Amino acid sequence: MTTVEKRLGAAANFVDERLGAAGWMKKSLNKVFPDHWTFMFGEICMYSFVILLLSGTFLTLWFDPSQRDVIYEGVYEPLKGIKMSAAYASTLDISFEVRGGLLMRQIHHWAANIFMAAIVAHLLRVFFTGAFRKPREFNWILGIVLLTLGLVEGLLGYSLPDDLLSGTGLRITSAIVQAIPVVGTYISFFLFGGAFPGVGFLPRIFTIHILLLPGLFLAVITIHVMLVWYQKHTQFPGPGRTEKNVVGHPILPVYMAKAGGFFFIVFGVTAFLSAVASINPIWLYGPYTPGQISAGSQPDWYMGWLDGLVRMAPPLETHAFGHTVSWNILIPALIVPGIVFTGMAFYPFIESWITGDKREHHLLDRPRNVPNRTALGVMSITFVLISLINGGNDIFATQFDLSINQIMWFSRISIFILPPIAFVVTKRLCLSLQRADRDLVLHGMETGRLVRMPSGEFAEVHEPISPQKRFILTSHEQAPALELPATDARGVRRPGALKNKLRIRLSKAHAVAVPKVSAQDLKEIEHH
Amino acid sequence: MKRLSHYRRHKAVAPLLLVIALFAIGTTFNVASASMKQSPSAFARSTQIDEGKQIFLKGCSTCHGLNLEGSAIAPSLIGVGAASVDFQVGTGRMPVADMSTQISRKDPVYNEEEVAALAAYVASLAPGPAIPTDAQLNYERDGSTAEGGELFRNNCAMCHNFAGQGGALTQGKYAPTLMGVEPKHIYEALVTGPQSMPVFSDKTLTPEEKLSVIKWIKAAEAEPNLGGATMGRVGPVTEGLLVWILGLGILIAVAVWLTTRAR
Repeated sequence: MTTVEKRLGAAANFVDERLGAAGWMKKSLNKVFPDHWTFMFGEICMYSFVILLLSGTFLTLWFDPSQRDVIYEGVYEPLKGIKMSAAYASTLDISFEVRGGLLMRQIHHWAANIFMAAIVAHLLRVFFTGAFRKPREFNWILGIVLLTLGLVEGLLGYSLPDDLLSGTGLRITSAIVQAIPVVGTYISFFLFGGAFPGVGFLPRIFTIHILLLPGLFLAVITIHVMLVWYQKHTQFPGPGRTEKNVVGHPILPVYMAKAGGFFFIVFGVTAFLSAVASINPIWLYGPYTPGQISAGSQPDWYMGWLDGLVRMAPPLETHAFGHTVSWNILIPALIVPGIVFTGMAFYPFIESWITGDKREHHLLDRPRNVPNRTALGVMSITFVLISLINGGNDIFATQFDLSINQIMWFSRISIFILPPIAFVVTKRLCLSLQRADRDLVLHGMETGRLVRMPSGEFAEVHEPISPQKRFILTSHEQAPALELPATDARGVRRPGALKNKLRIRLSKAHAVAVPKVSAQDLKEIEHH
Repeated sequence: MKRLSHYRRHKAVAPLLLVIALFAIGTTFNVASASMKQSPSAFARSTQIDEGKQIFLKGCSTCHGLNLEGSAIAPSLIGVGAASVDFQVGTGRMPVADMSTQISRKDPVYNEEEVAALAAYVASLAPGPAIPTDAQLNYERDGSTAEGGELFRNNCAMCHNFAGQGGALTQGKYAPTLMGVEPKHIYEALVTGPQSMPVFSDKTLTPEEKLSVIKWIKAAEAEPNLGGATMGRVGPVTEGLLVWILGLGILIAVAVWLTTRAR
């Protein structure tokens, strides 16, 4: 043993004798993580969260979350002498007078955008590969919680500078709160400390933005990651990969090196974006006053689809018993997102109810092999994209010489028509891909080489695919549809006939598949 | 008479009548246009107004009428003033190229002198807002950027966007960008309210306030991109596009690279 080893050993022993960490470390450091680029989205989220914590802390050192009026006397000439809130003035100071302040602001905002984008990408990967199935349903729900927290945290964050754009967003937020029947106006009064814009809102959302929500984030992210650790990561199917093992790199050294390096790359990309591209130039928007508004006022993209839903709602209002119910706000801003998020959270349970599958799953699905789920996902993406486009309808109108009314009518109609079409098209695409897989296994790969037979006939040479590939294309299971007899063994009608009928129908639709190649098929082929 | 009716159905009658009719029209036109040339006393005065009238008759009267009275497709120009003509023709909006949704800015068809002549002619027939003089337009001296910004956000930003980049109106109409518009034309637009724009009279915005707005617009035009590339100064839509394409795009590329097995 060299002296260095001796010293390190002594230090490790010192720690182990006091914390008893050796056993845990030994077990944990041998933990294996499977490798796939789509497994990195969660890491992007985690790293941008760290970036958000660091840059956010920097910003709090100078930010003054107060709605008290001040006269701006800073260095930005076009706003000199203008009355504004201390919050806005201090954001201007961070941008122009604090060293590195503007860069930090932009890092914070770009990181927030990357955070949300990575959450969405992560969510889509987990959904399309079926990683949410038992035993990971809770972790899926935690993911939905994180997504929702992210939406709120983002909204509060870009509302804090109290510029014209963010104030407009808050005005809409207050309108949405007021749209809750009966109690809406009260809640709005409590939130804003009086009629909009009130006096106490900024300090309140500041505390929520920098203390409560980050705390919640930390807690939920910790549980989220610990559950991944405890339940182990899922893996794509492949030779040697089963429901009982995990194939990949151990934490040390490869995985740690890659993950650690990836943190710096995420930080680097965020810093690069922040250095070259402006985001939320609040000095251009001007300070918020309720009397002003700018054309093309938009929320950040992750709220944009909600804004788009509100923009496409026709003007519907009812008055009853002295109360006004604004359906045009209530439905698109509260009811539809409520259904979307609740549906997302419960989806794992809904799917296992449909399939009747209560087993644990650690191997991922290839999206084409579960056409119904994949189609549902694409349908949802289509829904959100149409809403998102309508959220930016004024920008699209000016940039592409379109009429804002046409875009609105397009989205009003297509929000009902295109998602179902997307569903059908995706399902058929999935089945076609399954058929292609089947052909590939049965007939091998087309080589592009033509040969002439002695009989004069031309034929293309097919090469058999590798056993690994054949395994991947045939290893998935194709569960048959649920069978629920209408009567039990003694001929008594089962209760809940309607529910069972629905379940059977859904299950049938879910089980639609092109029969995969069986071992017997292959044997027959070999005989030919 | 009887002889004439005798030849009524002769086969040469139709061509002959046509020739006579053409001859009659040609002669009438020739006499009429000759009479216009022959009355120099009314038109030969080499004044600006006169030139303006010539340009108007050639380029504008088809739609706006020989006496500015307007038509089914064009408004009357009586009382619109020199400012309106200078704005519409000086920014190339008139003569119009495409009347579908909104008349858009393009390279002016007439040069400065011709525009001035047209303006003088239209103003000579009925009073209206005048073209501001250079002395009236000294926004550098008489305007205030900060005040102009406040006025802009109060009065203009709801259509022209917070940075004067323009924005969408209903049915395909739009508020155009204010970048690269001459101060004179901004002033005239405020005074005359072209197309969908309201008129900002001197009671709504005093001349000094108008100059402040112009000064702010000019400052916004010269505003350096303090935070880096702006992607059009149109708000978060382009930012969202960039984060998905560039931000997540690069990170996904890196993730693919990181998880590629060494060969």
